[in-house]
Amino acid sequence: MSKTHIHGVILGTFCLGFGLVLAITDQLTADDIAARALEDRQNSLSQVIPDGIHDNNLVTDTFMIKDAAAREITVYRARSNGKVTGVAYEIHGTGYAGDIKLMMGIDADGKLLGVRVLAHRETPGLGDKIEVKKGDWILRFTGLSLGNPPPERWKVKKDGGEFDQFAGATITPRGVVGAIRGGLDFFAANKARLMETN
Amino acid sequence: MASNYKTIVKDGLWDNNGVFSMLLGMCPAMAMTTSATNGFGMGVATAVVMAASSLLVAVFRGFITQEVRIPVFILIVAAMVTLVDLAMNAWMHELYKVLGLFIPLIVSNCLPLARLEAFAAKQPALPSFLDGLFMGLGFTIALTVIGAVREITGNGTLFADASLLLGPAFKAIEMRILPANMGVLMMILPPGGFLVTGLLVVVKRMIDLRAGKEIQMGGAHSVA
Repeated sequence: MSKTHIHGVILGTFCLGFGLVLAITDQLTADDIAARALEDRQNSLSQVIPDGIHDNNLVTDTFMIKDAAAREITVYRARSNGKVTGVAYEIHGTGYAGDIKLMMGIDADGKLLGVRVLAHRETPGLGDKIEVKKGDWILRFTGLSLGNPPPERWKVKKDGGEFDQFAGATITPRGVVGAIRGGLDFFAANKARLMETN
Repeated sequence: MASNYKTIVKDGLWDNNGVFSMLLGMCPAMAMTTSATNGFGMGVATAVVMAASSLLVAVFRGFITQEVRIPVFILIVAAMVTLVDLAMNAWMHELYKVLGLFIPLIVSNCLPLARLEAFAAKQPALPSFLDGLFMGLGFTIALTVIGAVREITGNGTLFADASLLLGPAFKAIEMRILPANMGVLMMILPPGGFLVTGLLVVVKRMIDLRAGKEIQMGGAHSVA
């Protein structure tokens, strides 16, 4: 075997070995990671849909629907005695450092039951005040709807709207406000389908 | 041998500190230090990866030829980072939610790679493990100090949100040093990272000069 071949074999062996270790670890952790993700989803759902308005399991009572951009959206339904009392779904905003994933809950009248950030990559210490753990900014949206404030005021203050930006971070709240606004529009456009009982 | 270990500890924590002496790992050192807690979290995650990958490289050093050593080192660091990432996600989920953001960034830190090349590739397992560990701890100290200075000057607080990272018991170390709105926002923004890191490098060298030490210049081990 030539010298070059030996190097190739060494590198290949290391790749194979560590690939194997990673594959095994992935297998070992997959179930736990999936379980944690489900718990997280349950937690975030229970934060945007109050326990009082439903008697079903939110995580399992879902259906898929396409939004205006033809993206598949999973809708979680809250029911009381079979009647749909509210829905929750994920919305996406564009922040300073990429996608901001949020969960919003909305009642049958189109009023926000709550909004929470699921995942983001915003600057720690600046943009991360959108997390409920680090500030109560996101709680401000509870109870609002498409008409309250009026549609043209669904912006951050810097853009002539209703909502505070953060010192040093305008793009993050702008992205979140835009996403919530989009989520409300989505509800208005699909209300009939969202409120169907099956 | 005992004095050898002492040198490893001293080198990692102070004399040859990854950030303040070798000027390595500048990206996380400036990007992740908007608060002392963030700096500390990033540092600890890096220290774990460094200790593990130094140990592995030292164990396998007889098999790694000169020509393929760099890809193998990168492979080992990347594998360790992925392992830590998966394991924390599965079994330390609360901690992962706080630290998870930082962990993939360790791959792009050249300090682990530099230590593998300069130390672990030539030394037995135990010293290599200690070198990785103490270089990582030195990195942790540096990031925590940079974060603390930036947080105090920029936000007026110290160790804010430490209880999210370390558990409720650490609520007590969350402090407000300056009244709210006293902070200079720039210190938390990227320019503050450069300013504070630069000033702390100066401070460290002044202390070394006072002590009559020879200053170790950055990049002494010629790793990019």
